[in-house]
Amino acid sequence: MSENLTYFFYDLIQYLVNGITQGSIYALIALGYTMVYGIIKLINFAHGEFYMIGAFIGFYCITSGMPLWMAFPIAMAGSGLIAVLVERVVYRPIRYAGRIPALITALGTSLFFQYLGQGVLGADPKAYPTGFEDKTYMFGEVMITKTQIIIFLVTMILMVFLYWLVNHTKTGKAMRATSFDKNAAELMGINTNKIISFTFFVGASLAGAAGVLVGMYYNTAEPMMGLIPGLKAFIAAVLGGIGIIPGAVIGGLVLGVAENLVVGFWVSTYRDAIAFAILILILLIKPSGILGKNRKEKV
Amino acid sequence: MFKNRKVNLLAMIALPFLLATGCVKEKKNETTTTPTTTKAATLSNDEIVIGAVFPMTGPIATYGQESVNGIKMALDKINKDGKLTKKIKLIVEDNKGEPVDSSNAVRKLINIDNVHAIIGSVASSNTLAGAPIAQENKVPMMTPASTNEKVTQTGSFISRTCFTDAFQGVVMAKFAKETLSKSNAIIIVDNSSDYSKGLAKVFSDNFTKMGGKILGAIDDYTYTQKDTDFRSLLRKVKRANPDVIFLPGYYTEVGLMLKQARQLGLNIPFLGGDGWDSPKLQELAGPEAIKGNYISSHFSPDDKDPTVQKFVKEYETNFKQKPGAMAALGYDGMLVMADALSRAGELSRENIAKAIIATANFTGITGNITIDSDRNAQKSAVVLETTAAGMVFKQKVNP
Repeated sequence: MSENLTYFFYDLIQYLVNGITQGSIYALIALGYTMVYGIIKLINFAHGEFYMIGAFIGFYCITSGMPLWMAFPIAMAGSGLIAVLVERVVYRPIRYAGRIPALITALGTSLFFQYLGQGVLGADPKAYPTGFEDKTYMFGEVMITKTQIIIFLVTMILMVFLYWLVNHTKTGKAMRATSFDKNAAELMGINTNKIISFTFFVGASLAGAAGVLVGMYYNTAEPMMGLIPGLKAFIAAVLGGIGIIPGAVIGGLVLGVAENLVVGFWVSTYRDAIAFAILILILLIKPSGILGKNRKEKV
Repeated sequence: MFKNRKVNLLAMIALPFLLATGCVKEKKNETTTTPTTTKAATLSNDEIVIGAVFPMTGPIATYGQESVNGIKMALDKINKDGKLTKKIKLIVEDNKGEPVDSSNAVRKLINIDNVHAIIGSVASSNTLAGAPIAQENKVPMMTPASTNEKVTQTGSFISRTCFTDAFQGVVMAKFAKETLSKSNAIIIVDNSSDYSKGLAKVFSDNFTKMGGKILGAIDDYTYTQKDTDFRSLLRKVKRANPDVIFLPGYYTEVGLMLKQARQLGLNIPFLGGDGWDSPKLQELAGPEAIKGNYISSHFSPDDKDPTVQKFVKEYETNFKQKPGAMAALGYDGMLVMADALSRAGELSRENIAKAIIATANFTGITGNITIDSDRNAQKSAVVLETTAAGMVFKQKVNP
């Protein structure tokens, strides 16, 4: 009995570790979702594709012999720049056409990148190089790999950086002003177009970072890889309270941990069903998300 | 005025009746004429149009690309041989590995391209989505690679030139119990695949019949296509302490799972089916994790048989890579199709379907093909060992 109990605790911790790693990746993608939504109220369904693009830029950099510390920022900047381009060419012209056209355009952009990727890069999954030597650390029966630790640390550092950027810098102030009232912000001399572009850049480069990390963690990259994580990150963002930066991270972690606990202790067939039932339950109790406040209507 | 109104009223009452009878008449015409005149008449007389439905993109794209390579090679041979008086025209449709796209592709080939027959597809769930449409329109559909039992049960126009899951499951259960002498197995199932579920069931039945034990329920250890994280699942598997694992999945997920399993220190042999058989598997799993696992498949490129070696050489010069099982199956499938076309007499869809089913003792590179009364091929399987350098021939198993 007591032996079973120790097994249970080891397993529990192991599932938590796996869940936190997976959740960190959802969180990184969710941060971008939340930022873009926060500033122009657009649910950017193409966000998962920025993650895919980041993964592939990283893939080609690392396979061409570039060290990881160079490949990583290049992948981030690359997917950021593509996002800025998408915003300029696709989203800006229809910004005043209402929310439904914007949503549909976002879905279209997402499909465009998925199939462009299949056409240009090939549909078969690529074996992703690690970029560094992976090590495994054992704590009793709990196993943690170096990649898992890096993923968690990078997520936390980027979240703190983002929080600082939005709340304690001048650009952040401009972002918050644009989010609060775009017209008034413009009257105060803020170049809102620039701020929106900047937001897309930061959000997509976080997704690009997630793409490279995931590539190294699972050793694979393919053009459709953004679809499911993109959806789950969107859900994570809503769960945490959309538009709130720490909320995205908490939402991602909750989702990742819930999924892994269901697989570990329950039937894995119902992984998504049960994980999402939990999420619905949370949203029933707190409709604005875990960290969401009951927002007052703007008058 | 009054009169007019009356006429109007009459017309209003009469109109629906007229329309209704008209409709009935039209419908009647349709049902009586379509099978005999419209469809048969529109089949091309100058050439034989064969439709091919394969995953050219998507998660199992290499299967589709290999199959079509094999088919094209066979087609070159057929058109050069001149045994058929008419040229074969091949129309390839991409189903992306998705059931919905498969049924759309079959519908398009029948309604727009007016094909004589269809070859395809690879994944059983894809073929199962397209087969009912082919059967309904009485178009022969022959799959070179779908092994799920249900595929040919769809109807008299659906056949296959490969063995079934039942046979693969028996082969691997026997191999696990007798050759490897293992007795505690866990089965990990790809929940989104009919192929995987079919194989799992046959393996489980046969393994227990031979005195082995399957640990846990079949729902306990599952994943879905496009999953990438198997660490928690594998942890649970390791805790149950099996001595062999049966994993009837496709190479995309299997490759990742093998790598993660070895990282976790799960060092027992994994057994699989022909879904593993792709050079991508080695790439995804890496040189360490790939070692010491076994699969059942249709074909081995290091089979010493001279016809096999000739095919391998030709394929390598054409496509600059070693042929996998799918290339060989596509090649054989197309040759069986051509053989049936030469025996069919007048090229109606019915005759072609009958000729395919009558195939007996056809010598292909994947074995001697005889199509039985259930429209399944009776032929041998090979067990291969997965190594870093590729699949190595282990043993041949006859039905």
